[in-house]
Amino acid sequence: MTSTAPAAFRRLFNEIGPVDYVGIEERVAKYTTRSIKKSSKLFGLKLATSMVDLTTLEGKDTPCKVESLCQKALSPHDDPDIPTVAAVCVYPAMVKYARRALGEDTPVRIASVATAFPSGQAPLRTRLAEVKAAVSDGADEIDMVINRGAFLSGEFQLVQDEIAAVRTACGIATLKVILEVSELETYDNIRAASFLAMRVLRPNDFIKTSTGKTTLNATLGNNQVMIEAIRDFYLNTGTPIAMKPAGGIRTAKQALQFLIAVKETLGDEWLNNTRYRFGASSLLNDLLRQIKKEKTGVYQAPYYFSEAAESY
Amino acid sequence: MPTLTENKSSRPAARSAGRPLPELIFGDLWAYDPSPETADAKLKPRYDLFIGGKFVAPSTGKYFDSINPANETKLAEIAQANAADVDAAYQAARKAYDNVWGKMSGRERAKYIYRIARLLQDRAREFAVAETMDGGKPIKESRDFDVPMAAAHFFYHAGWADKLDYVAPGRKVAPLGVVGQVIPWNFPLLMLAWKLAPALAMGNCIVIKPAETTSITALKLAELLQDAGLPAGVVNIVTGFGDTGAAVMGHAIAAKVAFTGSTEVGKIIMRSLAGTDKKMTMELGGKAANIVFDDAPIDQAVEGIVNGIFFNQGHVCCAGSRLLVQETVATEVLAKLKNRIKVLRVGDPLDKNTDIGAINSKEQLATIERLVAVGVKEGATMFQPACKLPAKGYYFRPTVFSGVSMSHRIAREEIFGPVLSVLTFRTVDEAVEKANNTAYGLSAGVWTDKGSRILKMSTELKAGVVWANTYNKFDPTSPFGGYKESGFGREGGRQGLLDYCQLV
Repeated sequence: MTSTAPAAFRRLFNEIGPVDYVGIEERVAKYTTRSIKKSSKLFGLKLATSMVDLTTLEGKDTPCKVESLCQKALSPHDDPDIPTVAAVCVYPAMVKYARRALGEDTPVRIASVATAFPSGQAPLRTRLAEVKAAVSDGADEIDMVINRGAFLSGEFQLVQDEIAAVRTACGIATLKVILEVSELETYDNIRAASFLAMRVLRPNDFIKTSTGKTTLNATLGNNQVMIEAIRDFYLNTGTPIAMKPAGGIRTAKQALQFLIAVKETLGDEWLNNTRYRFGASSLLNDLLRQIKKEKTGVYQAPYYFSEAAESY
Repeated sequence: MPTLTENKSSRPAARSAGRPLPELIFGDLWAYDPSPETADAKLKPRYDLFIGGKFVAPSTGKYFDSINPANETKLAEIAQANAADVDAAYQAARKAYDNVWGKMSGRERAKYIYRIARLLQDRAREFAVAETMDGGKPIKESRDFDVPMAAAHFFYHAGWADKLDYVAPGRKVAPLGVVGQVIPWNFPLLMLAWKLAPALAMGNCIVIKPAETTSITALKLAELLQDAGLPAGVVNIVTGFGDTGAAVMGHAIAAKVAFTGSTEVGKIIMRSLAGTDKKMTMELGGKAANIVFDDAPIDQAVEGIVNGIFFNQGHVCCAGSRLLVQETVATEVLAKLKNRIKVLRVGDPLDKNTDIGAINSKEQLATIERLVAVGVKEGATMFQPACKLPAKGYYFRPTVFSGVSMSHRIAREEIFGPVLSVLTFRTVDEAVEKANNTAYGLSAGVWTDKGSRILKMSTELKAGVVWANTYNKFDPTSPFGGYKESGFGREGGRQGLLDYCQLV
């Protein structure tokens, strides 16, 4: 495997072509100058709300904490016009409590970060067992991490085979493949890893930027590299892959900028929560606050929103 | 149902036979609401000539209308100067040069130029809105490019004013005296800054004529020069048509003339000045090649192609109006380019989300339409997105011609509009040959992942600027100017300053 690795490495990179860092940064800077006002802003904010994977991934998570997260997911605000979020995202051990809190008949899906999240440094059979356990406990979606060590040492086949194995273990559950972009570092690597994953994914499975556990998470730049990869893959194969930026998106303004990138790169068919998600926690309340601002013309204090961490 | 034709496809079996090719849908599921820039442009109903530090009525008493190309409404009346007015401007400049500006130390001159730069920054929004209303360019460009870049040119040259002993090592420099300048309508304020700043820093006095369709920001800058306390007569602004321009270029007092505009007019000026001792710099037309090699980062190249030809509606002398793409990636580049163009927003220039604004004038729109019709007639394949255009005003859809060859007129003539001609090449040498096969030589773009190829191309392309993996990048420190019929002389940087002085 090691002797053929350099050839495989070159082949993949030649096939998918290079990415220019400066060019990507310039492209995404244009998204930040878009001016979204009035009803188009309200539409964007509600759309973003419906795309949130409301997340708690802490060592100190308890069943109670997960239950209250589920309640927030179901009714983010008492305004009936505001949609529920797409999903809650929890550790595998918390899936059964989330299922208990949400019930069987619920619009909110349960996502779980299996595969020895966030490092992925466990034997494959352990990771697969974790995936199966989470699914049998009631997870609708599995967020896996790729084997970055294997990727960086050029063992692309191994990376891809592991993704395929996890996909099989998922059964009918949707798979999200976390590339952990900060550890791949270059845009060329991010594009390559996106293709490695997409080639073994099913329609509407996801690629996802990051675990949220490293220093650099979702940025407009790596989001752009990944959605361009999704676009190229879709136009070549007809298989639509979904996208989830995660970590670092805390404000409604940022979320709108990511959605502008989606609108102008992938088009209308990705502007829904089957094809696009935000992995976030504090983002939700800022979205709600901005929605109220659009509707009433005034900002409300943070403590008017449930589960708000910030106050005066 | 497997068919023989299906076997030709290298696509995976995931797509069943007969299903159409996947396409992206750029619809109106999430439409942007109008987002007009609301700052007041503070326009006066009538603008007089700026001579000797004061606004004075033209001796003929004639005024002409300045039209907003976005909606065809009248913005203001502009004075029409004749030869007598131009002479008065030159006399005022001569007086200011002899009595004040020519004698002033560089350090003192710098103070004025810095003040102009700062005042322009202070009033950036107002100037950006005025520029957009007058010329039709999108507000995001006048706000993020034209006005800040104009201020940057004043700042940069203010910095040189007290360091002129070092601009030509081993030599001393002296100002020329009074210079005459004529500028075009595509970047009215920025071209004004490109012309004024180096001339002022060197200690010259100026008579300048803006283009007839875009005089307003020049006259607003005249107000700002008054605010800055610039001594009377150092800068004189005369407005009018071609005859006014000819009077500015041909006046006996002018020690040097600088012209930016079409090659056609440049040639007329040069003919009329043959035999005089006036110095000249000419920044004329272009038909730049933007060259995409098969190892280029394609998406970023596409972005550069869009920026190269649709920036300022293609009213850019260095626009990348000829796309040379390597045959192996031509289909891919064209497909990506079309998808990118579909999301460009054409419309009200004052809307902050507008990517392509209005064509500068009715005349220019007619020129573009005429040349596009020629392209169609000559058999090139035309692509235009289905975007809606405003009912009133001068607009033109972004246009891409593919299947263009070197002998097509749209590959040879400067269109000066949002029209791209796509040609292909097979080898590096062929790319160089085709890129250089033009009467122009202002700029070129090269897109490749190979550093060595960039260096090779930059030495072999006969163009004043060669951009590598980017396009339309400007900086006051970087000299700009052409080869061949794109003109001579440089603007910006040390080289630009040297064109406004004599070595003593």
